[in-house]
Amino acid sequence: MIKSKKLILLFFSAFALLVISLTPFIGMETIPFETILNFDSTNIKTDIFWRLRVPRVLIAFVAGSALAISGMTFQAMFRNSLATPFTLGVSSGAAFGAALYVKLGIIFSFLGIVGQTIFAFVGALISIIIIYTLSKIKRGFSVGTMLLAGVAINFFFSSFILFIQFMSDFTESFSIMRWLMGGFEIIGYSDIYNILPFIIIGSAIIIFLSTELNLLTLGEDIAISRGVSVSKIKNTLFIATSLMVSGVISVVGPIGFVGMMIPHISRLIIGSDHRYLVFLNIIVGGAFLILCDTLARTLIAPAEIPVGVITALLGGPFFIWLLINNSNDDSSI
Amino acid sequence: MNKILFNIKDLSFSFSKKEVLRSLSLKIYEGDYLSIIGPNGSGKTTLIKCLIRIYESPEEKIYFKNLPIEKINQKKLAAQISYVPQVTEQSFSFTAKEFLMLARYPHLSRFTSVTSDDKKAVTEALDITSSTHLANRQMNTLSGGEKQMIFIASAFAQGGEVILLDEPATFLDPKHEQEIYEILKTIHQQTNKTVVTVTHNINSAILYSDKIALLKDGQIEFYGASDEITENNILEKAYGKKFTFIKHPTGNKSIIVPEVL
Repeated sequence: MIKSKKLILLFFSAFALLVISLTPFIGMETIPFETILNFDSTNIKTDIFWRLRVPRVLIAFVAGSALAISGMTFQAMFRNSLATPFTLGVSSGAAFGAALYVKLGIIFSFLGIVGQTIFAFVGALISIIIIYTLSKIKRGFSVGTMLLAGVAINFFFSSFILFIQFMSDFTESFSIMRWLMGGFEIIGYSDIYNILPFIIIGSAIIIFLSTELNLLTLGEDIAISRGVSVSKIKNTLFIATSLMVSGVISVVGPIGFVGMMIPHISRLIIGSDHRYLVFLNIIVGGAFLILCDTLARTLIAPAEIPVGVITALLGGPFFIWLLINNSNDDSSI
Repeated sequence: MNKILFNIKDLSFSFSKKEVLRSLSLKIYEGDYLSIIGPNGSGKTTLIKCLIRIYESPEEKIYFKNLPIEKINQKKLAAQISYVPQVTEQSFSFTAKEFLMLARYPHLSRFTSVTSDDKKAVTEALDITSSTHLANRQMNTLSGGEKQMIFIASAFAQGGEVILLDEPATFLDPKHEQEIYEILKTIHQQTNKTVVTVTHNINSAILYSDKIALLKDGQIEFYGASDEITENNILEKAYGKKFTFIKHPTGNKSIIVPEVL
């Protein structure tokens, strides 16, 4: 049983490595293998490969992994596949924070963290506090209530974002809108360094608490009775997810549905044991977003489709499919 | 007299505005099989949930082994007190064995994996509940009775010296209901664990438990040996309904027979 789970992880790791190493060669400009080691300064293909495509593939991996395990964590805590940072409005909170930062035009950083990330983090936290308070007031509230609360939070922050756009001039407005669609166009290595600490700390916490996540899927009462300090653990997990979601969103925009599709698919593949599930999410989430981004930049080349549009096109139907399945079996975790 | 395990003193508990427990006092003794009965809404479930801190009771109202319960680390508490929740319709995507292994959480240290003690506890739990054949079944595919048996097994695997149960047999057919009570009796007798169970089935409470506590409106209306519950119109006053008793053919205890109008 455990052996087969390790085999699954091994298989998908190999697959992800293949995706990471092959996709930078694909694109408008097909890059032959021998050129990538030819550091002759006149060779533009080498430049495209190392300066544009490799960092882009890497950040897509990091973002995909982070979104997938954030989704997995929310699904476990709320015991529902439809509960993800994106559907519950955490992403839009982060997006609002980041958009506000763009509009305010102040440029600062704190402890080496770019201001936009900090704004996004605060936005994400505000959404989480709203959801958390709701779940406290209405103990054991239904899936329906929870999703509606998410819709409300989404509306709330979307209207703020619209307001910011309205107050902006045409260029600002366009850049905010383009960023809201999510994408990896102007990514350099510095962006990766910028968000990596967020992602590493967040994932480490979640990996560390994977047994607790297993117990949380049994319901809070059972988790408490088995010895989990549920409030403490949930608070820690909320902060870990906010860190990751805001880190990702501040750089690549609110990319939706990865956090819903990947954890669900991963669970079908490897089962519900979070000690394995978390790693499969990292691997599959990363590889999935790289593939989406590869589609995004090749489908209508030389133009690019925002990657958020691709994930939403896949995610929308998936959401509806889950919704139908969910009504038959209220807790599909 | 045995040692006092739980000492509940003057415990009040409310949900928003509704007061559920009102200055309730009760002592639960080590090695007892105690049934908690009472009309709907009398606070039975709330009381049980306070004992394992699913609900946080006011400070210094519940003592477990002479320590205020809120001063005990949740994991340490769970190592000593096992809990079986009310039957739920919710589904778990774990096998029965995995589910039992999760009950070993209070004994796991973060950096070591499952020990032979854990495996032994799980095997024993399956054994004593006669559910070894269910070990590799998915929880979602079990019938109500099988699932409840696995829950009791998980409480056993958890290893606590006290097992708290919230209506362990309410939605089960007579056969499974009896099985559950028999197993509890076996666990109680073989391992000398303290069993505290909330139940609506007064007859099972009389027949299986040593003591009964009767709750009404958040207070203890009666506490004593289980066969005394049929005396002095205690039940009649609590439930506001007439009861007829007959002697059980085997044994000496009086039990309730259904009223015919």
